[in-house]
Amino acid sequence: MALEEMRQPIESGCPDGFQYMHPTMRRNYGLWDYHENVKPGVLLHVAKSGEKIWTIKVGTQRILDVFSLRTLCDIGDKYAEGYIRFTLRSNIEYVVTDEAKVDPLIKAIEDAGFVVGGTANSVTTLSHTQGWLHCDIPGTDASGVVKSMMDELIDEFKNCNMPNRVHITTSCCQINCGGQGDIAINVQHTKPPKINHDQVANVCERPSVVARCPVAAIRPAMVNGKPSLEVDEKKCICCGACFPPCPPMQINDAEHTKLAIWVGGNHSNARGKPTFQKLVAAGIPNNPPRWPEATAIVKRILKEYKAGAKDWERINEWIERIGWPRFFEVTGLPFTKYHVDNWRGARASLNASTHIRF
Amino acid sequence: MPKYETPMLDELENGPWPSFISGIKRLRDEHPEKRINEVCGSLLGQLEHSYETRKGYWKGGTVSVFGYGGGIIPRFSEVGDAFPESKEFHTLRVQPPAGNYYSTDMLRQLADSWEKHGSGLITFHGQTGNIMFIGTDTDGTQHFFDEINEYGWDLGGAGPCVRTGMSCVGAARCEQSCCNEHAIHRHLLNNFTDDVHRPALPYKFKFKISGCPNDCQNAIERSDFAVIGTWRDDMVINQDEVKAFVEKKGRDYVIDNVTSRCPTNCMTLNEDNTLTVDNSNCVRCMHCLNVMPKALSPGNDRGVTILIGGKRTLKIGDLMGTVVIPFKKLETAEDYESLVEFAEEVIDFWAENGLEHERCGEMIERIGLVNFLEGVGVDVDPHMINNPRQCSYVRTDGWDEEAEKWFARKAEEAAG
Repeated sequence: MALEEMRQPIESGCPDGFQYMHPTMRRNYGLWDYHENVKPGVLLHVAKSGEKIWTIKVGTQRILDVFSLRTLCDIGDKYAEGYIRFTLRSNIEYVVTDEAKVDPLIKAIEDAGFVVGGTANSVTTLSHTQGWLHCDIPGTDASGVVKSMMDELIDEFKNCNMPNRVHITTSCCQINCGGQGDIAINVQHTKPPKINHDQVANVCERPSVVARCPVAAIRPAMVNGKPSLEVDEKKCICCGACFPPCPPMQINDAEHTKLAIWVGGNHSNARGKPTFQKLVAAGIPNNPPRWPEATAIVKRILKEYKAGAKDWERINEWIERIGWPRFFEVTGLPFTKYHVDNWRGARASLNASTHIRF
Repeated sequence: MPKYETPMLDELENGPWPSFISGIKRLRDEHPEKRINEVCGSLLGQLEHSYETRKGYWKGGTVSVFGYGGGIIPRFSEVGDAFPESKEFHTLRVQPPAGNYYSTDMLRQLADSWEKHGSGLITFHGQTGNIMFIGTDTDGTQHFFDEINEYGWDLGGAGPCVRTGMSCVGAARCEQSCCNEHAIHRHLLNNFTDDVHRPALPYKFKFKISGCPNDCQNAIERSDFAVIGTWRDDMVINQDEVKAFVEKKGRDYVIDNVTSRCPTNCMTLNEDNTLTVDNSNCVRCMHCLNVMPKALSPGNDRGVTILIGGKRTLKIGDLMGTVVIPFKKLETAEDYESLVEFAEEVIDFWAENGLEHERCGEMIERIGLVNFLEGVGVDVDPHMINNPRQCSYVRTDGWDEEAEKWFARKAEEAAG
């Protein structure tokens, strides 16, 4: 197409959300008084004006086909009031201003195969990364892991029986997306990249790749008469940082790419300051299509948390109170040399006291 | 009989949770458009191949729309010969409205447009916060963008640029909200549309906004520029509601779950079942407000705290944001203007001083917080630290001058 025929973009940026907001929410913007957890999956918010709005939270498959999206819209038109909000964890929220609409809406959602829950002290939907469906560097799938785990955790989604809310996250590589979660299921590579030396010079900007390595294990080299890169395998921490800028440095491996489980990430400032997640289990097989080994460990951790934590304690607070030795004892997970941090700032994670539980 | 068999993926149609595989199969089998049937069948074929071999087969490339440099995630299949119908499968990242509100009418309109040009698969939303329209070829990318851009939708960020922002449900439906998340989100993002669409920064830069310190948006951990609503006067206590709560739950419950869980021990449950709060020691953690939302509310002198430098692992390890602006009012047009100016200062300084592929927080780690503060014109403040320096390896020959600056600032504050 000739350049003059190309359409210039309208750089409108982030759209105004007020035009898509339920009128009751628009009217009471900034004027809400309190909320109640009516029952699992249902919240009631009361405005200072006295107006009320019920929110019904719904779990879906996140990767929506247009049929599912239209079904959700149909439900929104017929049983809710024509508005849909998405939460950070890809749950859907319908809102209604008449309490009598709540139960018929729930029935319509469940009849269509979606799941009501995910509020208050529940295990809400795992947050997805992209995985094999669409990412260029994934060690595993995300949607499949989430589907498999939610099949097993669905009762905890539909009920509010946990000491506090539980956020679970996935991450299909070690270093990029995916966030902090009470429990995180993340890829952990265990072998250095396998380099296709014939391609490196053609595909990779070598100085950028060298600079990307967190431990300076990569250096330029001539291999078979061609400029390439080599990895000092003794230094390599198998993080996969070199793979995105240099696809011939393949980090993913059918056998050696494993899963690791981390716990205690908490983004809230409530009670304590926000915390990062900590490694508790690694070497878990990356086992499609159902990843049963990873799910079993998640369920074991949740079982002990549910039994042992006090009201309002998130997983990090529960472990802080009972101590890490007890955590490994009650979950039956092995404590290894790999749990002891040696990255920068690691000494702050060591016990420099006689505070020891016997 | 489908062209590509999917025995492993079929396993993901079992179980009670909604199945994305069933959804993709519906597009393969039931959609009236043959192109969509073929693309989705081929996509399932490649995904099955990934499940069998435990490897991904997508590679990036260079695809954009006319006039922009980013916003598209190009995907070319490495196994396109075996799965030719989906060999180009690009994603468009589209900016959602602040707070992720939609009318069903608008969702239908987007679905209609996407069906014309793409695979029929959509995700609300990706980890950065975009609507992900997953799967189209290079031509479809341009045509779909042209169509939705006409009715109000624009691409988000991809690559080393200002990324799509995220904000919590906020004032639209939450009594804890201490700021206008919606306005903050749009003021910030829409000041940087050029930096969203044309990647030219050291690396990604994310804005996230939470209306209160519960930080439902994960802003402190996951954004370079976190804006968190807070207040600086006394929390609002409705003592009648406190009494009603204590009567309903019992004194033991309130002591165990409210007063003794306060991180600074600033609450006392009185004999008459009212609460006394030492507000000067309240750190606005939100716990008691979360437990008793009817009785306790944020104060009325509201504003935001800004933390800079949060990020995920690559390259030096995960970092939380650091307090850089302890409190800022956001009421007038000038307040918002100065917020945007501050964001410009931060991005300009980082664009000038950040190394290639270095996040803002990593730059701060490398050069030290004080150098960063001087670069963006912010005075040091004890709210920025957990504790003062523990190591004596520092030159302090400017001490008198710095102390003088502190006293001058204090005098200025006192004068109002």
